[in-house]
Amino acid sequence: MITFDQTTKTYEGGVTAVKGVDFTVEKGEIVVLLGPSGCGKTTLLRMVNRLETISDGKIMIDGEDSMSLDSIELRRKIGYVIQSNGLFPNMTIEENVMIVPDLLGWSKKKKKERFKKLMDMISMSSDEFGKRYPHELSGGQQQRIGVIRALAADPPVMLMDEPFGALDPIIREKIQDEFLQIQKEVNKTILFVSHDIDEAIRMADKIVLLRDGELMQYDTPSEMLVRPKSEFVREFFGKDRAIKSLSLHTIRELQDIIGLAEFDEGIEDTITINVNHDLRNTLSMLLNQEADQVIVIDDDGNKLGAITIDIVQKYLHFEIKAKPTLVQKG
Amino acid sequence: MDKWIKFLEINASRIFDLTIEHAILVGAAILVALLIGVPLGIYLTTNDYLAETVLQIASVMLTIPSIALFGVMIPVFSIVNLGIGFVPAFVALVLYAQLPIIRNTYTAIRNVDPEMRDAAIGLGMKPIQRLFRVEIPNAFPVIMAGIRTAVVINIGIGVIAAYIGAGGLGVLITQGITRGDNYLIITGSVAVAILAMIADGFLIWIQKRYTPKSIAN
Repeated sequence: MITFDQTTKTYEGGVTAVKGVDFTVEKGEIVVLLGPSGCGKTTLLRMVNRLETISDGKIMIDGEDSMSLDSIELRRKIGYVIQSNGLFPNMTIEENVMIVPDLLGWSKKKKKERFKKLMDMISMSSDEFGKRYPHELSGGQQQRIGVIRALAADPPVMLMDEPFGALDPIIREKIQDEFLQIQKEVNKTILFVSHDIDEAIRMADKIVLLRDGELMQYDTPSEMLVRPKSEFVREFFGKDRAIKSLSLHTIRELQDIIGLAEFDEGIEDTITINVNHDLRNTLSMLLNQEADQVIVIDDDGNKLGAITIDIVQKYLHFEIKAKPTLVQKG
Repeated sequence: MDKWIKFLEINASRIFDLTIEHAILVGAAILVALLIGVPLGIYLTTNDYLAETVLQIASVMLTIPSIALFGVMIPVFSIVNLGIGFVPAFVALVLYAQLPIIRNTYTAIRNVDPEMRDAAIGLGMKPIQRLFRVEIPNAFPVIMAGIRTAVVINIGIGVIAAYIGAGGLGVLITQGITRGDNYLIITGSVAVAILAMIADGFLIWIQKRYTPKSIAN
């Protein structure tokens, strides 16, 4: 758990980067710090592991004031992932991943086992990649290694500073999904900086939207999309925010609430889509008119029904816009 | 050609001895210069004000004509009865080697990617761990380039050391000049050049051997 209590950052010369921010990241949650560039999101993140000093207010980690801890020990207990160049080119992949365990003095055997386990987590072979150097890996692989390096000593808290920002969109989505899977297993408390709205909606349990160092809104993604508290929030998420919010819902949710259409075996030009697909992608698919009929199937391939633009629109209208309570993700 | 062969036959062991003497003088000076220059260069990365001053002093040192610096050494070391010979020459060479070593070390450590340094701090490395595990390995090729420059400069300047009685290959050249003997002059010069090439080749080998593969380019 990370608690920000009137946290403030003022630089010498009087520029205030973060102004009295208050919020709590609950255990096991991913909170995304989102906002335009220069809003103070990276500064706020770096204050947690004291790469930036705290000018005023407090940051508590699991109830302990971060300033009361030794900065070196504090950092070893917090996983840290950055966008690029975070891996050390002079070390092999295994040495890179095992830096923190090494600093903590783990035994060789324990490190070896841990490395293998972490590599399994990201489906990379520890034998094949362990002795290689970072430049021999693709960008996506390097970023995965960056993530497991942060997880190496099993820290309760992770800070991620635009970790997937340098990747191309296709790889990025894949790694985001993979990371969400890992998170289900490891259940870390994560603070994640992003400037990408789609990424924030995808990854976040809650979003902190910042502007000029001030917290504008702290809410779940769906709440923020559906009920922005201010004009700034509304504009930030854009006119298509209703469509964006669809990525928080799957076809299964739609099926449970308003049901699917009958499908017609007679139509030849048909494509299928998995019931766990999110509605935003489904809608894009429907709008692209890739086929005359889109049939929803479950994991076993059973046909559950057809989906149409009308149904998605209906769901959007009645279930997202009109729903009074929060729609929790996942 | 016959004359050459005869000359070399007679002088071979002397040339060899003088080469060794030269190499020892330069080698000892470089070793001490490293022990001073590398830590100083690293320290200067944490003190911008001092860095400027020290680098300027080291630059000035390199502009002093070598014969003048050797000359200055004589009265200074006469005080402790070491006016001529190995010691003053050695000290002068240490001073000449400082600039390339300090400057390259300083620049190399300064130019380590700030994101890499940031990652090292963020992962909880202490400053000394950061230095030895991240900064020095990644700065190594540039530091080595400075050392190579210093070695080649010192082998060349070491010739002048013969004038203050420190021996080395300079002896052949100075004798050749005073006696008007071209064989001696040419032999001395070629031996200096070969020594410089061998030393540089050896240092390139070390540099390649210990530079992390991934930053070699």
